[in-house]
Amino acid sequence: MADPMRIRAQAAGDKTTVRVLMSHEMETGQRKDAAGKVIPAWFIQEVTATHNGKTVLTADWGPSISKNPFLQFVVKGAKAGDKIGITWVDNKGDKRTDEATVS
Amino acid sequence: MKVSIFAALAALALCGAAQAQKSAADGIAEYRKMLEDGNPAELFEAKGEALWSQKRGPKNASLERCDLGLGPGVVKGAFVTLPRYFADTQRVQDLESRLVTCMATLQGFDAAEIAKTPFGRGEMANVTALATWIAASSRGMRFNLPQGHEAERQSYEVGKRAFFFRGGTHDFSCASCHGEEGKRIRMQDLPNLTKNPGDGIGFAAWPAYRVSNGQMWSMQLRLNDCFRQQRFPYPGFGSEVTIALATYMGVNAKGAESIAPAIKR
Repeated sequence: MADPMRIRAQAAGDKTTVRVLMSHEMETGQRKDAAGKVIPAWFIQEVTATHNGKTVLTADWGPSISKNPFLQFVVKGAKAGDKIGITWVDNKGDKRTDEATVS
Repeated sequence: MKVSIFAALAALALCGAAQAQKSAADGIAEYRKMLEDGNPAELFEAKGEALWSQKRGPKNASLERCDLGLGPGVVKGAFVTLPRYFADTQRVQDLESRLVTCMATLQGFDAAEIAKTPFGRGEMANVTALATWIAASSRGMRFNLPQGHEAERQSYEVGKRAFFFRGGTHDFSCASCHGEEGKRIRMQDLPNLTKNPGDGIGFAAWPAYRVSNGQMWSMQLRLNDCFRQQRFPYPGFGSEVTIALATYMGVNAKGAESIAPAIKR
């Protein structure tokens, strides 16, 4: 089970800035362990953001994204009290969804 | 066309000159500022907070009755008073060794087994996450380690001697790098730890998330790596010398504001 994300969503005018920290190893598949064996690739492949259930952002990610990635974006029209949901799916099929309320 | 290319090159050269005026330290400070907003230490904070109240271990108990020096279960403000003397264990303990004591007495974990676990693995990773959250609960508070008990004063004196003790293949001591102002390793400025180095510097910045390797580093790991860099043998986890060094740095940092968990290059 993946660790939770940290999501902050702050409204200013008609725009809401969303900042997300995801907890993930993001292994590229290029590294080797101490025994010289390749560490298998393990990274977030798909990120979806929703605003009150409606998809507002989708992203295809790959191994070049850092460990414990940080994502920031702006949602137009989101107001205080709205729900922002983030879902990621990694290449092993593991997924995690977390939700935050716009403040 | 040629003229515009020339103009562009001239503009680039100007940019270069402006950048050159900025020191490497300024560049690192700027980089840290940019990262602060998304410090992955927050992920470890969240994990530590959940671990604190979660029933775990052979005794299936939480850590909510753990005494970090301010009374059972008091977390806020505890970090800036550690290491300190604990009457129940009859020794001076830092945050991490105290957490291991609580995990052993309250939850029934094997303290020696945890101390042997490499950093970042198993229960040791949990100790680091707990330490991160406990440190974060005292963010913005100022260090004020007690020195009332004789053992605490002794720990400070032992720490001071260890700090200035030279040895190893490179004839190094902690003071070789951290004993005066303006020293650096490669491009990294080194704080002078023989006095209060200022708010959020040195002892007041750890635990910290290290971006370059994506690891959460506790003070025990920070000290462990200082020993490695001096080509000293690794100190035992929570050993007397590591706690004495922490006491020395912590007492010297009296009045400094804690920014832990910080973010480091």
